[in-house]
Amino acid sequence: MSLALSILTGLLFASGLYLMTHRSLTRIIIGFGLLGNGVNLLLLITGGPPGEAPILGRTGELADSLPQALILTSIVIGFALVSFMLALAWRSWTIDGSDDVEDDVEDRRVARAVRRAESDRPRDEDLESMDPPSPRQSTS
Amino acid sequence: MRVLLPLPVAVPLIGMAASLLAFRHRRAQRAISSVALVITLLASIAILVNVTRVGTAATNLGGWPADISIVLVADRLAALMLLLGVAMTSLVLVFAFGQGGTDEASPFYHPAYLALAAGISLAFLSGDLFNLFVAFELLLMASYVLVTLEGNDEQIRSGTTYVVLNIIESVLLLSAVGFIFAATGTVSMAELASRLAELPEGLRVGLNLLLLLAFGMKAAVFPLFFWLPDSYPTAPSPVAAIFAGLLTKIGVYAMIRTETLLFPGGQQTLLLVIAGFTMIVGVLGAIAQADMKRIISFHIISQIGYMVMGLAIGGPAALAATVFYMLHHIPTKTSLFLVEGIIERRTGTSNLDRVSGLLHRSGPFALLFLIPALSLAGIPPFSGFVGKFALVTAGFEAKQWAIVGVSLLASLLTLVSMTKIWVGAFWGKVEPAVPVGQPVGILRSNKLMSAATIAVVGSSVCIAVFAGPLYSFCESAARELVDPSAYVRAVFGR
Repeated sequence: MSLALSILTGLLFASGLYLMTHRSLTRIIIGFGLLGNGVNLLLLITGGPPGEAPILGRTGELADSLPQALILTSIVIGFALVSFMLALAWRSWTIDGSDDVEDDVEDRRVARAVRRAESDRPRDEDLESMDPPSPRQSTS
Repeated sequence: MRVLLPLPVAVPLIGMAASLLAFRHRRAQRAISSVALVITLLASIAILVNVTRVGTAATNLGGWPADISIVLVADRLAALMLLLGVAMTSLVLVFAFGQGGTDEASPFYHPAYLALAAGISLAFLSGDLFNLFVAFELLLMASYVLVTLEGNDEQIRSGTTYVVLNIIESVLLLSAVGFIFAATGTVSMAELASRLAELPEGLRVGLNLLLLLAFGMKAAVFPLFFWLPDSYPTAPSPVAAIFAGLLTKIGVYAMIRTETLLFPGGQQTLLLVIAGFTMIVGVLGAIAQADMKRIISFHIISQIGYMVMGLAIGGPAALAATVFYMLHHIPTKTSLFLVEGIIERRTGTSNLDRVSGLLHRSGPFALLFLIPALSLAGIPPFSGFVGKFALVTAGFEAKQWAIVGVSLLASLLTLVSMTKIWVGAFWGKVEPAVPVGQPVGILRSNKLMSAATIAVVGSSVCIAVFAGPLYSFCESAARELVDPSAYVRAVFGR
């Protein structure tokens, strides 16, 4: 039983991580779902061999109850994370119609400015584009 | 202590629930946040006094025996970090009241902020690994909400990267906890201290590296720092100040626990290399930037390198230096972000190409920037000098010349990039021009924001003034870290 579960855990980890390397947030969310289940299975396996329900007064081979408590907690946390990421994906879609995870924009601007500075001085419109006014700054 | 120890976690959580009930009643939410944080602050002061007087304290939640219950432990390091953390969250809350703004007006700001405070307290006090994971999740979840609170394009873009990377970190941490449980049959840190030593060498190194990877991502050390300068600058200033001052330091705190309690002296060479690269890469990144918020974000990374350096050198002297460095860094970094917040509020931008001449608008305000900036670069007589001096001395004693050289070079470069902010924003013509009818001064325009910033800078100055007694406190904290027997005794009551 443990071997089958171990292989399944490995599969879940591999497919989850593969999906998480994509740029589309939807795939990342599905990837996290698989990965989260992989981790939960991993925790279940750590509990050792199966046994009777661990209720006070029972005797015989009892199952370790701690991993189950840990899994319950991590399922709840995973649920919260997935809902939050879905909200993020939705918001990202309403803003620009895509759910791609983008690069650090400012970083690319800095790199571009450095390249320009090597050829000549940055022109004024470049500086203009370096600091787009965000809604917060205009309202406060 | 049985009542006292859970308070810093329980009170903000209760406050969070109350704050959600007071949805859209901004005054009530503000009152709840203030009361909750003041009670938390008093409780952490009491915990620190108690720990100093009596020694390491532990309590089992729900009165269960230590091996099956959730344990909260406060030794000197935990109590000190707890007090600093709560003090900073309280002062930054005052700043946020003053700033007002769209973020604080959101009905979710206060509940998320209190959840963040509870998560920070739980991370410092937690006595078992799984509970530490829960604490991380609690504070991360709150930080996700705070980072994307306005929901504009920029925040969603950088927030997505932040969330995805932290989720990967959480999965790594949870798997590490699972593997450690499989190998030893426990997640209690006090029990792990002895059980992990019995494991075969290879397994121990593997578990150690897995934990370091997860915590290192949180602490933003060298190869794992790339998420930080992208996500922090887009958060509202008070939120960024708390993240900068505290969240990465919780990662460092967890690394300290891992390397002293769980795997003593495990990966010194690796940590030394990481520390060196973290310092240099962080500060070089800062030099390239043109935006104040991004410059000081990159400095967080470089400063983390110093803390890892002390941890890597090991031994009581270097650990004391690391603890003191964290003590100095938290208020200093927080105050830089608050000063930046005031600049952004008064001029509308944090881009160095657009702001200048702030010195002519307000001399005292310039001083508020100058003190933490010089302190960060390690110029005497400020607190950063004491911390760096202690680290370098410990490095000399351990004959680690390379890392000492790198750390001195990094602090020189820190000074260079602080000079860049100073020359760019404070000297020169007053720009952008002050509109007619608006006061020229900066500090009087918003008394709450100024008062909070002055208080944080003041606490940083106090650390320099009382460096002697504080440093001897850090030394006894470091002795406790080197010899975990008191920690184990406090948890098991024997």
